[in-house]
Amino acid sequence: MDSTNQFISHPGKSTLPSADRLQQLAISESGFIFDPVSGHSFSVNETGMLIVRLLQQGKDLPATIAALQNDYNELAAVIERDLMEFISLLREQVDASI
Amino acid sequence: MNTSNQCRVAITGMNAKPDNPGPGVAVARCLKESSDFQGQIIGLGYDSLDPGLYMQEFIDESFLLPYPSAGEDALLTRIEEIHYSTPIDILIPCLDAELPNFIRLAAKIKSLGIKTVLPDAERFRLRNKDRLPELAEHAGIECPDIKAITNVSFFKDCHEKGWEYPLVIKGIFYDAYIVHHKDEASSAFRKVATQWGYPVLVQKVVKGEEYNLTAIGDGKGNLIAPVMMKKMALTDKGKAWAGVSIFSQKLLDAATRLVTAINWTGPLELEVMKDRQGRYQLIEINPRFPAWIYLSEGVQRNLPFALLKVALDELAPVYSDYQSGILFIRYAQEIIVPINEFESIVMSGTGNNTSGIDES
Repeated sequence: MDSTNQFISHPGKSTLPSADRLQQLAISESGFIFDPVSGHSFSVNETGMLIVRLLQQGKDLPATIAALQNDYNELAAVIERDLMEFISLLREQVDASI
Repeated sequence: MNTSNQCRVAITGMNAKPDNPGPGVAVARCLKESSDFQGQIIGLGYDSLDPGLYMQEFIDESFLLPYPSAGEDALLTRIEEIHYSTPIDILIPCLDAELPNFIRLAAKIKSLGIKTVLPDAERFRLRNKDRLPELAEHAGIECPDIKAITNVSFFKDCHEKGWEYPLVIKGIFYDAYIVHHKDEASSAFRKVATQWGYPVLVQKVVKGEEYNLTAIGDGKGNLIAPVMMKKMALTDKGKAWAGVSIFSQKLLDAATRLVTAINWTGPLELEVMKDRQGRYQLIEINPRFPAWIYLSEGVQRNLPFALLKVALDELAPVYSDYQSGILFIRYAQEIIVPINEFESIVMSGTGNNTSGIDES
């Protein structure tokens, strides 16, 4: 099974906040992120910022993985696992239901 | 009658205990810091240790009022006394417990030439805590169950009737305690009943995050200058110690539906919880500005000044979108009060602020 199929086969875990919702986030160069709708704030590292910016552009999961592979010399499966974990944390901060 | 930028504004709620401050000092501060306001502020307190009475940077003249329990006749007599010595153009009540008296006296206060922006008695009752579910349903908003009780025996077997702990025990006007078992509930019931009378309210707990919205209702179903915030830190009494401005269209829509449903007139504060399903649940509607109203000046929507415009039938200011991500962080500090100023308040109920009101 390739990584794309894994995402599709676990839609509950991999559902992304929409690009529109993510575009509402205010992101500073330091990695500090403020959500003006929920009032939540949190911080991410350089890789996290890159992922959020890719998702803000409307990239889907396979495209995000491909973009990360360009920057990080790592297997797609490893990137996918870390990305899934990051998205899970991101969803805790960004409540898509608002 | 003076215009909004030159008028004399009397404000109640000069109490400011750090864990639960009244809104009056913050309302006065908003006006004093508005670049459009050059008027005078008259601080009205209930206790000689209300700090706002002595804060000369925000308050030009200070007076004591009789406690609300003294009744509306005593209140009117005192307002007349103050008005004859220090004319008032606009009166802004800021405390829940005093509002019923001010609403009943609204016509008489108006006949003195003093403007207020208050709901009538029926609209005021519609937002009573024990009627919230009814109002929320009418406006299409979720609301936790609430029950008015007069007997402590309710807690003996309430968990068998769908009222499982934890519960919130509330006074009809003010105060709230979260309780986790029968003994705690009985103790909170007695405490609330002693201070605020009957009935005592029991509300089911909503787990989630608390958001607040403050605005002015114009009495025609419109919401003027809404400002929303998320509480970031709380005092032991659950009051905001820090907060951040936010903008949620969903919360704004809910507030608009509520204000339209009751044609609210005057300042208000909505307290809602966002539950784990992302639904806003209405917890309270407070008929006044909140103690965190200074955040409205912080986001360039000075609500107390907007209220003056509404009171004087002037065109309400048009506000552009406000900035989310503006924080307030509350702090406590001491003010130094010469004994003669304290003496003046204690002995005559009148402050002798050296700044005074310029009668010219």
